[in-house]
Amino acid sequence: MNFMNLINALPGAAAQGLIWGIMAIGVYLTFRILDVADLTVDGTMCTGGAVCIMMMLSGHNVWVSMLAATGAGMLAGLATGIFHTFMGIPAILSGILTQLSLYSINLKIMGKANQAINVDKYDLLVSLRYIKNVPFLQNTILITAIMIVILIAVLYWFFGTELGCALRATGCNPNMSRAQGINTARNTVLGLMLSNGLVALSSAMLAQYQGFADVNMGRGAIVIGLAAVIIGEAIFGRIFRNFALRLLGVALGSILYYLVLQTVIWLGVDTDLLKLLSALVVAAFLAAPYWKGKYFTKPVKRGGNTNA
Amino acid sequence: MLELKNIYKTFNPGTINEKVALNGLSLNLKDGDFVTVIGGNGAGKSTMLNAVAGTWLVDEGQILIDGIDVTKLSEHKRAVYLGRVFQDPMTGTAATMEIQENLALAKRRGKPRLLRSGITRQEREEYKELLKVLGLGLESRLTTKVGLLSGGQRQALTLLMATLQKPKLLLLDEHTAALDPKTAAKVLEITEMIVKRDHLTTLMITHNMRDAIAHGNRLIMMMDGRIILDIEGEEKKKLTVRNLLDQFEKASGEQFSSDSALLG
Repeated sequence: MNFMNLINALPGAAAQGLIWGIMAIGVYLTFRILDVADLTVDGTMCTGGAVCIMMMLSGHNVWVSMLAATGAGMLAGLATGIFHTFMGIPAILSGILTQLSLYSINLKIMGKANQAINVDKYDLLVSLRYIKNVPFLQNTILITAIMIVILIAVLYWFFGTELGCALRATGCNPNMSRAQGINTARNTVLGLMLSNGLVALSSAMLAQYQGFADVNMGRGAIVIGLAAVIIGEAIFGRIFRNFALRLLGVALGSILYYLVLQTVIWLGVDTDLLKLLSALVVAAFLAAPYWKGKYFTKPVKRGGNTNA
Repeated sequence: MLELKNIYKTFNPGTINEKVALNGLSLNLKDGDFVTVIGGNGAGKSTMLNAVAGTWLVDEGQILIDGIDVTKLSEHKRAVYLGRVFQDPMTGTAATMEIQENLALAKRRGKPRLLRSGITRQEREEYKELLKVLGLGLESRLTTKVGLLSGGQRQALTLLMATLQKPKLLLLDEHTAALDPKTAAKVLEITEMIVKRDHLTTLMITHNMRDAIAHGNRLIMMMDGRIILDIEGEEKKKLTVRNLLDQFEKASGEQFSSDSALLG
């Protein structure tokens, strides 16, 4: 085990973590704000890349391609939203249905299971080749970090608007929201679209980064997203109270996840086991609040008042 | 102001749990009426309020609010005309949002929610003044998350939210039932104050007969999904608990086996 190998691998891990951080912010929107576990993302995490790569291969500009990828992700969110609100299917199942449909759709978009793009022939925004020995402004880590800051700023603004507040209320208390005249069904669809748009954007960047889009690239994405959200909250939750900072915490959580993953790989753990390990870690973290409530709460003495 | 015409609602039709909740219910409220609603468990009180609020659609009949037919309108569209306070203090507010944000949500009831600022500086001042009136010290805690408030504080806040945009009709569904007696009295006092101040047409369900007699200008009693007793004006002012029970027995044609069901 050469320690320098690990050091050399870390910038790449950080870049990947940042790119997945955009995805994790998308997961945060549904999981924490909308209070819906949206499994669509496993499909969207490929759709974005597929759309982006195919558009670039057919000669479109990288920004146009990424915008189209985001749009495709929003359509996926719309589909899940319609399954859930208009057709009354439980949210988790709606996500699974869309995710499965997307497998076919992704294959059709790409024409085959895997599409590569050559970093030398196309003008990519990010790439694993742009980590070291590139001009500062072309550095993938810098570019992705700037994008995350811009996205957080936009989301921070949005969730402070009337519409954004209504969306937060929808996730927090749908009964109260309807009583205050908020169209909860529409807001749920909107939230799912926003979230999947971000995931697809992340996917588009990931496909560029690794130089290909693959029909399996989104498998287990929701677990990575949740891991990032949970790690971010566990580590930064106490100091990051502000909404923008909490989103930043999620992105940092994603970086930490990839740094830890890189370290685990460096330690020589069988890479076949990584997804199993990730799932178990996320399961343990998700269980933590439940266990805490069940086994570690002290009985509270009630005051003089009794409830009538 | 509110007209219910021959409303029917059956839950779980065709199953062993079939329950006729509203059975040809009709009711007519005049502008400014403050009506208290009493009745035993399963009499259809909350069902009536939910029918008006549009939690689900009724099977038959017509609902008019200020002459507008809302029978087929979805819950969030009807909300334009209604202010609602629920029995459970958790239901009426968004716990993870600030006091001022909750008020701002209510302030925009019935208006399009666009990309304008969710809460303005000017509003904050306005909310401070409104909260002061409650006398609960909430005016200095505008940015506190509502989840940290007590049940009574949350009900008072919900009441304020329900009336921030003057509703055509205020629906109170046993909004003091989950509170301790002292807090319940305070919330009722605030209710009375706001209803009088804004001249609101109000339907208030209560389990407490004394409250039902003490408040409002009209009292209705429900049983088996319809109204069996309707007392207003001078006659209501003279009511006592004893004589209400007597009237109930006469109207329903049966002995009230357990007074506690009504007295709560």
